[in-house]
Amino acid sequence: MRQKDTNLHKIDWVTIGLYFALVFIGWLNIYAAVYDEQNATSIFDFSINSGKQLIWIGTAVILIIIIMVADYRLFHNLSLVLYAVFILILLLTPFIGKEINGQRAWFELGIFRLQPAEFTKFATALVLAKLMENPSFDLSKLKDQMKAVGLIFLPIALILLQPDTGTAMVYSAFFIMLYREGMPQKYYVIGLSLVGLTILTLAIENNLYLFGSIAALILLLIILSKKSWKNALGFLLLGCIMTAYALSLDYVVEKLPDHQQNRIMVLFDPGVDPLGVGWNVTQSKIAIGSGGLLGKGYLEGTQTKFDFVPEQHTDFIFCTLGEEFGWIGSLVMISLFVALLLRLVFLAERQKTRFSRIYGYCVVSLLFFHFTINIAMTIGLFPVVGIPLPFFSYGGSSLWSFTILLFIFIKLDSNRIQILGRSY
Amino acid sequence: MYTGRSLVVAITIGVIALILLGKLFLIQVTDDSYLRKAERNAIQRVVDHPYRGLVYDRNNSLMVFNDPVFDLMVIPKDFSLKDTTRFCELFEIEKENLIKNFTAAKQYSWVKPYPLIKQISKEDFAKVQDFLIDYKGLFVMTRSVRSYPRSSAANVLGYIGEISGSQLSRDSSNYYVQGDYVGHSGIEAYYEPELRGKKGVKYKLVNVRGIEKGAFKNGDLDTMSVPGENLQSTIDLNLQLYGEQLMEGKRGSVVAIEPKTGEILSIISAPSYDPNVLTGAKFGENYEVLNKDPEKPLFNRPIMAMYPPGSIFKIVQSLIGLQEGIITPNTTFACNKALVNCHNHPSPVNLFGAIRNSCNPYYHQAFRQVINQEISSNTYTDTQIGLDKWRESVLKFGLSNRLGIDTHGEKSGSIPSSALYDKIYGKGRWKYSTIYSLSIGQGEMLVTPLQMANLAAIFANKGYYYTPHLVKAINDDPSRIPDKFKEKRDSGIDAKHFDLIQDAMAEALYGTATRAIMEDIEIAGKTGTAQNPAGEDHSVFIAFAPKDNPKIAISVYVENAGWGGRAAASTASLLIEKYLTGEVNRPELEEYVLKGDFIY
Repeated sequence: MRQKDTNLHKIDWVTIGLYFALVFIGWLNIYAAVYDEQNATSIFDFSINSGKQLIWIGTAVILIIIIMVADYRLFHNLSLVLYAVFILILLLTPFIGKEINGQRAWFELGIFRLQPAEFTKFATALVLAKLMENPSFDLSKLKDQMKAVGLIFLPIALILLQPDTGTAMVYSAFFIMLYREGMPQKYYVIGLSLVGLTILTLAIENNLYLFGSIAALILLLIILSKKSWKNALGFLLLGCIMTAYALSLDYVVEKLPDHQQNRIMVLFDPGVDPLGVGWNVTQSKIAIGSGGLLGKGYLEGTQTKFDFVPEQHTDFIFCTLGEEFGWIGSLVMISLFVALLLRLVFLAERQKTRFSRIYGYCVVSLLFFHFTINIAMTIGLFPVVGIPLPFFSYGGSSLWSFTILLFIFIKLDSNRIQILGRSY
Repeated sequence: MYTGRSLVVAITIGVIALILLGKLFLIQVTDDSYLRKAERNAIQRVVDHPYRGLVYDRNNSLMVFNDPVFDLMVIPKDFSLKDTTRFCELFEIEKENLIKNFTAAKQYSWVKPYPLIKQISKEDFAKVQDFLIDYKGLFVMTRSVRSYPRSSAANVLGYIGEISGSQLSRDSSNYYVQGDYVGHSGIEAYYEPELRGKKGVKYKLVNVRGIEKGAFKNGDLDTMSVPGENLQSTIDLNLQLYGEQLMEGKRGSVVAIEPKTGEILSIISAPSYDPNVLTGAKFGENYEVLNKDPEKPLFNRPIMAMYPPGSIFKIVQSLIGLQEGIITPNTTFACNKALVNCHNHPSPVNLFGAIRNSCNPYYHQAFRQVINQEISSNTYTDTQIGLDKWRESVLKFGLSNRLGIDTHGEKSGSIPSSALYDKIYGKGRWKYSTIYSLSIGQGEMLVTPLQMANLAAIFANKGYYYTPHLVKAINDDPSRIPDKFKEKRDSGIDAKHFDLIQDAMAEALYGTATRAIMEDIEIAGKTGTAQNPAGEDHSVFIAFAPKDNPKIAISVYVENAGWGGRAAASTASLLIEKYLTGEVNRPELEEYVLKGDFIY
């Protein structure tokens, strides 16, 4: 006999508590970012962003209730349909979307603007879980690898058409989930090596040093390989490939349009374009850096409040927190995020079905990726890509999509016992 | 739960979080440069410039005050000009300058105000005031410039101007910033710390577009500016003005001192300039003109020009001789023109007669006795010992050193030492016959007109003096003037020796400066002639009056005016009359002085 779906004591209240803590802190910071001392309005004023965010939070609560009372099997069953629908919408977006800042990434529905690419995330997560739950699915097989990667790259390709590089990049987060589910390690070793080599290539101005380092590395490897001629040749080949990669990367970067080149180079030297691309990073670092250990106090920040940091209530919301609450505030906020992520890993691991576990890891992957890239970007560790800080950043699309993403998993988790009965 | 790959994922999350927190720690806690940059971003320091102190004369007539001028500010965002020609006519600005300034304004900021036209006088401003409303994006900022209501005493007051790079680097207190105005000469420079007041600072919050967003920390850190302190000068403005009028068309100087206090009543450098030309917008242009003027109006003659003292120095010689006991009032010498030239007068003469007739051979012989006191049997060594001893006595009269007037640029003059002659002639190669012209104030000696006036003060005071100075009180408090001006200084000559000198000086007028004689005021004076190899000699006269209760001691130099009895003595006499009686009742003498034009 089917048990009641909403089983309150089975809901993971820890995760929900962390969720509301983050949403609440985010809301306070949105108010701080728009607060104007000379024209002070209430945090509840619907004409300013904090008031609007309150509407988004309220509607998010409605979404939560809907998800929690819905049948947990719905998400399992609808996953393919949802994916198909959102892919279709993504296909249409470049043509019927509203153009904002040179991107057609938004849909306008009356007074609301929604960003389909945000919602495609949970749909993709669901469809991946659905695909991979099959016991015969095996990530060590190239065919199955291709299927999973294909489902990920389809939305990436479509989002790049808008073009919205940041959001597209987010989909690569699914590789974290794939790693947990058994994707061969070699891909990650090669991938991370390439990232490392890329960073070195761009960071080291003088190619002689770079090539010298590569040569030294290869020589070391050959010596360590105990004079095996076969291995030595292999390492030499590796050295050649690295050098060729570095050279071609330099070439490609040089061929990039100036503003994109600057976006990359500004990481290594914020002075490259101080009033252009460098402005965001420089001002963002000034805002955060000026917070000190304890911060300037709530609503006392000057940098974010007086518009020195662009996009402060959306992508750069972390600046407000860093400036007004200092390093201790950052520590608290990052700890909350880490607690949430580790809790979700814990929850994912206790799932009885592959579907729930995979979906859980998708949630972990997306939140972790957003969180890392967003904060790294505000402190100059990553190029400025416009992606929001989950639960913090102002905006309905982002809050809604992360809420849906998270609460589907909480719903699945609360029903993990029932699912046990139908597990494969 | 965390095992295998799930453990790797969990660890990765932890490591990334630590990296982010580490980087945050670096920029938030260990590096405070971001805090400073944030302050530079958002906190605008607005300096509130204080009013500079005013200067009054000794009778509380205003000499310097602050006059409002107007900077026309422009906000490029709001400013548009339809009829440039009309605008240029109205505001009296060249079209190129307007374009240049507006371009600079745009480069500075699109939304922040920038001066379009600087320092419009209040008269010009009154003309354009009503038209301002026709132009958007313009507003007026009031500043102040120095103004001199009587156009007088330029050399006393000095001028203010933008601080120079070297002054800025010498400012150890870091009070000044580029563009600040400081005193560059005269009282303005010497009393800069008192006159400038204290700048106030307001900290304002501004947003990224430079728009004000209120006070920083509710204005708790703001300070009010403190206005500068007022000075009361020792100058008698009426006397100063009258002296300047008398010296018009001449080259020279006048210094009048109140002997009992050292207060300078009047100090005139001729030719001079109207101090009002070195204020406001035309400062640079006008300064250039004055600086290039061959008559050197910026050269402060009373303290910078140096001349041989001439015959007037004979009084100093007499006093030293008396003090040392070398001569007595009854000592007589023959007027032996074989020694040194003289004019015709009865011979031999005693001391009284020597001063009255300014007898050169008398001093030639008396000075030899001062110098060669036969302390050494070697005549060369004896001369050297004598000269240095004599020089010590002379220096006590405030010669060969700066007196220390409260104005920069004072020259010390010079009295030769044995070291100087050793350098010129070689050690042991000079004796009295080499240096005898010192006896009559010629040769290797130079004094400034200020030192000359101070000599007159010493003679009037019978032996003491106060360092001549230009400021009587700071903020109405006489005790706040520098201590060196309150100290009585001794010439080393006993008062008893002065009676005869004063009598002789009063008598001397009847011999050499009859024009200076007044009916009801007894003047004691001495003429001199500063030899000028380049042309007509300079006319010099020192005096004090009234003889029995001296209230004014004066030195007058008129360059190229011949011997001292003419121009200099007449000028001094008129100034004494003016100071002591408040008016001048000798129109013929006045006319004689005014008509004399000795610049050629």
